[in-house]
Amino acid sequence: MIRSKEQTVGEATGKGVGMDVPFTREVLDNGLHVIVHEDHRCPIVAVNLWYHVGSKNERPGRTGFAHLFEHLMFEGSEHHDTGYFQPLQEAGGQLNGSTNADRTNYWEVVPTSALETALWMESDRLGFLLPALTQAKFENQRDVVLNERRQNYENRPYGLAPMAILAALYPPDHPYHWLTIGVPEDLHASSLDEVRAFFAAYYHPGNASLVLAGDVDAARAADLARCYFGDIPAGPAVAPVAAPTVPLTGEHRWLLEDRVELPRVYIAWHTPGLFHADDAEMDLLADVLTSGKSSRLYRSLVYDQRIATEVAAIQNSREVSGVFQVIATAAPGRTLTELMTAMEVELARVTADGPTQDEVQRAQVQFEAQFVFGLQNVGGFGGKSDQLNAYNMFLGDPGWFDRDLARYGGATAAGVRAAASRYLTSGRVVLSIVPRGRIDLGVPDSTQVVLS
Amino acid sequence: MSVDRSRLPVPGPEPHFRFPRIVTRTLPNGLCVRTVEHRGLPVVTVVALVPAGAATDPADRPGLAALTGDMLDEGAGGRSALVLQEELSRIGASLDTEIGPDATILTLAVLSRFAERGLALLADIVQCPALDDHEFARLRELRVNRLTQLRDVPPSLADRAFSRLVFGAHPYGHLPMGSEPALLAMTADEVRAFHREAYDPRRTTLIAVGDATHDALFDLVAGRFAGWAPGPGEPAAPVVPDMVAPVVGPRFAIVARPGAPQSELRIGHVAAARQTPDYHALLVLNAVLGGQFVSRINMNLREHKGYTYGVRTTFDFRRGRGPFLLQTSVETQVTAPAVREALAELCAVRDSRPATPDEVALARASLTRGFPRSFETTEQVARAVAQLALYDLPDASLEQFVPSVNAVEPDDATRVAHAHLQPAEMTTVIVGDADVVVPSLRAEGFPEPQVVTVE
Repeated sequence: MIRSKEQTVGEATGKGVGMDVPFTREVLDNGLHVIVHEDHRCPIVAVNLWYHVGSKNERPGRTGFAHLFEHLMFEGSEHHDTGYFQPLQEAGGQLNGSTNADRTNYWEVVPTSALETALWMESDRLGFLLPALTQAKFENQRDVVLNERRQNYENRPYGLAPMAILAALYPPDHPYHWLTIGVPEDLHASSLDEVRAFFAAYYHPGNASLVLAGDVDAARAADLARCYFGDIPAGPAVAPVAAPTVPLTGEHRWLLEDRVELPRVYIAWHTPGLFHADDAEMDLLADVLTSGKSSRLYRSLVYDQRIATEVAAIQNSREVSGVFQVIATAAPGRTLTELMTAMEVELARVTADGPTQDEVQRAQVQFEAQFVFGLQNVGGFGGKSDQLNAYNMFLGDPGWFDRDLARYGGATAAGVRAAASRYLTSGRVVLSIVPRGRIDLGVPDSTQVVLS
Repeated sequence: MSVDRSRLPVPGPEPHFRFPRIVTRTLPNGLCVRTVEHRGLPVVTVVALVPAGAATDPADRPGLAALTGDMLDEGAGGRSALVLQEELSRIGASLDTEIGPDATILTLAVLSRFAERGLALLADIVQCPALDDHEFARLRELRVNRLTQLRDVPPSLADRAFSRLVFGAHPYGHLPMGSEPALLAMTADEVRAFHREAYDPRRTTLIAVGDATHDALFDLVAGRFAGWAPGPGEPAAPVVPDMVAPVVGPRFAIVARPGAPQSELRIGHVAAARQTPDYHALLVLNAVLGGQFVSRINMNLREHKGYTYGVRTTFDFRRGRGPFLLQTSVETQVTAPAVREALAELCAVRDSRPATPDEVALARASLTRGFPRSFETTEQVARAVAQLALYDLPDASLEQFVPSVNAVEPDDATRVAHAHLQPAEMTTVIVGDADVVVPSLRAEGFPEPQVVTVE
């Protein structure tokens, strides 16, 4: 058994509080990373398991597969083939899973006394999923996923915007070109054999990372993890996904008609990926632009001019690369051209002169506060266990809390300005979403697209 | 060590749960201050509970309580709206204002080192908001525009139509954000008058939870709220809406959304208040029926039929009798069978298939064993204490939760199903493609749905 144990203790960042999230990590013989963090404030344990597979591991024609597969993980495994939720809910647990472009995660938060129930269940579906898989389950969950897609995209105002933006930003063979939810035709085309092949390729200990966080003794928790997961055979190495960013030249204007009352415009640029250089600066820039009434775009468009009902900026960073978006919804009677004109003024100003020191400091302390608030939960999406796994999978070091915070604390107004001017260039996507029959409200010279 | 995969490990004994001590003190001005020590991270959460919500809206001014709540941080204590917002962001404070049917709840979360500054801002926001004409006009316009946008959001349409059809003219018959005509008729004077009347220290409860002693938490609040002067006269008692007889309206209603790929559904009726002695039995019943993933209705509609991404049922407990409702979104083509299956499950749990001992055991275990994780964060603890204040519950009710749930037997679940679920009297609201849905409802033998609009 190979063991690389390490212990870290948080340091003060120089600004604000120090993040002390001590952990132990070991790598089992089969390649599974096991990370344990003790936190005895509440008699619960978070079990959090990440697989390094997401929709960027799919190929055109079979999109949506990683997420559909995630659903099948809840449908029973060889030794417990009657549904995944029942024993865990009976144990007082809460559980869920999610898929994005880069990873798939599964978690339970259970009373301390039910930790073994959760480990038994998680390990059974990693080691013994396929014997319990049937065509009927597959078809049922495909129907469920198609309904998830209807609910969250097709039947939601502006719901198809994310699909249009990714399609415009990335070429068709780029693994970030499609949404994780996938295309209905692809979901219909997939088969049970493909499920088996996908499981063999990606669902094995060497492509996974397990965190146990909460009211446990670290040594005992590691013993239990070895016990339940140690015998599961290793699998084939997973090659990194090649996803070179293809820079956009010029402005790509797209337009979608939708069942909406008010038109909305999205501007999107390629930016650095998660934890890459300038990622934090772009996050801070988003705050400076649209967080709160006195932020630049909100103040101009919504507060002073009252030409927009809402405006938001976000740095959506993923493993390989990121997307920075600015989104504004027109007030009744206003056109998207008016919004664009007003936004250009502010974007040009922040790119040329940068934010003030005060603006950056406000954004920094807000990040720090949100970060600390998030550490109050050991489990669930975004809790400490999820964060330990994110750092481990994308940075190779679960103990990145302090350095993550320092990315923001150490940023400067000059750095934010430099990042803004580097990435908010003329190579961008401008997407208009307008009420049906009101193309005149969109940005002129846009290419009308039809998505479903 | 190898794993025995022939059977699941049996969880150990139920975790022993003790809610942390709540210390309650009253300031001379009548303000009730409750504190809870919660160690671990340098965070303080303060909740201000003002027992005036949407049910307090004058009949011709739906939305007044919500607009007043939203106006609070548009300038306060001599600061303009912009300056106030900058001061909040300078300390990383998170301020959330939630307007429910029975109360307005402000939640402030701050890092401990900014607690003093955060409280100073919260005190001004609650006690002396500017409520000026210019910000009022601006905010009202945003509200009206938001209502316009919501006409295209199926869950919002369904919620509004359901509340109106089930509660009629009762104070619970409108959603907190109100209606466009009422917003347009509203004045800044009305907002100021509402604030004067409803925001009074004698009616308000302040709850402080965080990484400090009871005394320090109390001093933090008292230092900023002790000078809050009560209004003239006796404080108005919180409105407890009268118990209502069921509204006799259409049992089936549809809000047309041509071409919609899914139908948004609401099925339910007026049910129980939070004070009902059947509270714990109803929680168990709901967990069997539709309160969690493994509940009957979700297993049927999602896991067996594939009609939906998910479905759940809720008893929405309030100061007065709140609704029982089932909510889901189903593929358009299967709307009629989905309604049929849902209603069949609601009938079955009363009559043909009452909750079994195994189901009740599962429901009890999931509620009781999962209880401690509801108190992991300062905000969760503060909100739990706010619920005690809002519903006039004794502090001991938190510690009584587990034994009370464990005392619920299958017969109790069946009894409360009979008492609180009347499927024949439920209202079904569908937001969907009428051209497809109406004929299919007809084919299933349902009454002709009435087409309703939501302004």
